[in-house]
Amino acid sequence: MTKDDIILKVENVSKQYRLGLVGTGTISHDLNRFFAKIRGKEDPYLKIGESNDRSTKGTSEYVWALKHINFEVKRGEVLGIIGKNGAGKSTLLKILSKVTAPSTGAIKSKGRIASLLEVGTGFHPEMTGKENIFLNGAILGMTKKEITSKLHEIIEFSGCERYIDTPVKRYSSGMKVRLAFAVAAFLEPDILIVDEVLAVGDAEFQKKAIGKMQDISSQGGRTVLFVSHDMAAIQSLCSKLIVLENGRLIYNGKVKDGIINYLSIKSDVSKTRLLYHKKRSGSRTALFSDYNFSYKYENNLLIEGVNQIPSGALVYLDLVLVNKTKLERDISITIIVQNVSGVPITSYSNIFTLNNLYLKKDKCKVRFEIDDFNLTSGEYFFTVVGFDNQNKFDEIENCFKVDVLESNYFGTGKYPKQKRLGNVLSKSKQYNI
Amino acid sequence: MKKEKWLFEISSETKLIDLNLKEVWQYRDLLMLFVKRDLITLYKQTILGPLWYLVQPLFTSVIFTLVFNNVAGIQTGGIPPFLFNLAGITTWNYFKECLTATSDTFKKNEQIFGKVYFPRIIMPMSIVVSNLLKFGIQLLILIAFYIYYAFYLGAVIRPNKYLFLFPILVVCMGILGLGLGMIISSMVTKYRDLTFLVSFGIQLLMYISLVVIPLSLFQEKGVEWLVMYNPMGYIIEMARYLLLNEGNVSQFGILYTIISSIVALLLGILIFNKTEKTFIDTI
Repeated sequence: MTKDDIILKVENVSKQYRLGLVGTGTISHDLNRFFAKIRGKEDPYLKIGESNDRSTKGTSEYVWALKHINFEVKRGEVLGIIGKNGAGKSTLLKILSKVTAPSTGAIKSKGRIASLLEVGTGFHPEMTGKENIFLNGAILGMTKKEITSKLHEIIEFSGCERYIDTPVKRYSSGMKVRLAFAVAAFLEPDILIVDEVLAVGDAEFQKKAIGKMQDISSQGGRTVLFVSHDMAAIQSLCSKLIVLENGRLIYNGKVKDGIINYLSIKSDVSKTRLLYHKKRSGSRTALFSDYNFSYKYENNLLIEGVNQIPSGALVYLDLVLVNKTKLERDISITIIVQNVSGVPITSYSNIFTLNNLYLKKDKCKVRFEIDDFNLTSGEYFFTVVGFDNQNKFDEIENCFKVDVLESNYFGTGKYPKQKRLGNVLSKSKQYNI
Repeated sequence: MKKEKWLFEISSETKLIDLNLKEVWQYRDLLMLFVKRDLITLYKQTILGPLWYLVQPLFTSVIFTLVFNNVAGIQTGGIPPFLFNLAGITTWNYFKECLTATSDTFKKNEQIFGKVYFPRIIMPMSIVVSNLLKFGIQLLILIAFYIYYAFYLGAVIRPNKYLFLFPILVVCMGILGLGLGMIISSMVTKYRDLTFLVSFGIQLLMYISLVVIPLSLFQEKGVEWLVMYNPMGYIIEMARYLLLNEGNVSQFGILYTIISSIVALLLGILIFNKTEKTFIDTI
């Protein structure tokens, strides 16, 4: 077997769901389906259906959670799967792990697939840790013999030695996760599916788990499919990436470009126009009416109209102002950034840069170019204030929100995640003197 | 790249009979672990523990004897009524437990079925096996009373010479319960109506399964048709025939029982297989 050999092939997979309740209406659809089948025709309901956009009200009862998904995975590859909530990741994983069948299409595999979808499934609270290792291992497809031979390693990896003969219901949630991950880690499937399990557990355990996954793929030559929202983990683990959006595969290729592609998907936070904001103060001789974010990151591709920005990007914040007095005049604008606790973090203003901004007769556009957007990941709230001749003409507090995403800011793949490390990223050097 | 060899394929199509016995065999350890789980967790944190296995049939037999034999005056043909009832109830219980427990396989295990794949049929099979062990324990108490009646009270009872066929009867019952249970559990995934039917239907079924009223009485009153088409009736009657040498067994009954058990099992597997692929979307 060569390294290039394809171990998993997903061919034209689609999955349809019916929305709403199961009721008396369902039985008529079932009958229609049945009659179509005995006449040798296609399922009539597979012809209809809409793309799965959760926020808009659709006209059809049927939606496509996945549509025409095609990709291949090679042996030993770590494939990252990313996408927004509702993009179809979980559905895809369910189909891959044989929990449910696709509506159309097929998945072909040359190896045993095991999934680590949600940790602790199949644990029985009344049984002891050791009994649960056996049960969980068997559910995942191991034989009793395999488990017995690895029992010691599993217990050691989990770090729950003291509790191993205690019923699992007495475990802390972290211990359950450790135990379950330990079982799965020593499972030897050809393809391992991991769905955001690393989100739980403390930092030390996460590190251990990521290390184990790297071992599985690099030394074991096994394939891992990894779903996460944690871009840093994706970047450090994966060798290939696919991006899903509304049930469609929109990207399949290198990790770095894929992440940028993912970030450029318009977020579903509806953008309210600043013009319609109620909570504002000032003389209202001019008003902020609209805003727009765009940014460049790493590959210099301009990504527009997003509220999600990776740390360290070159950000353009465009503001549109409406002049109510028709008088052209010089203005100054200050933008204040607050973190989720309401603490001011930084501000951007032409008061300090002395750059000239002026109002045109009726409408004008102002651009703030933020060179090094050095905020740590998290949500930030923006307040805009405008002055003309020392008078405040308009101020809107917390008028929009930006989601800052983790990135490879330091170029090392490391990123400060703890709150106590602050909200601002600073580049620094360290050396012996 | 023309002819590639795939280990398995997941597609939208379902074959009519698709029971992968090899796969079931691979998961045999899981089956045994499920059985173990069922047995050790059922009576955890109870004082009487496994004694509960015995309490239920004993109490039921006592009440039935009081009500049906002492008050209603049903004759049991020379057999002590308590023993007659205990034999019937013990046998009936095995079928009942198999049917009710397998009939909510999908609903009860939705959590775990929704997360990982293993041959789904392992679950109902493990239920039938773990109930078999419970049945064994209950059979012991029946034997204990049997000996007590025969040697201390001097009742004239003896088993039939075909007693060695009893295991076949138990297998028949297990198969019937498993088959029907799988059919019901598959249907329940989409339409919950059946759950209501099962819970009271099984009660009613008991009365026409000759558990308390012997076949001879049905024949006497000319309502034989009530029990004619019920394979469980034949099974209970046969069980008592083998254990207590009391009852009528016909060739038709034997054949009918075996055939209907096998048909139920095959139909169960067929429907179960069809359902297991996508039930998680509809449950």
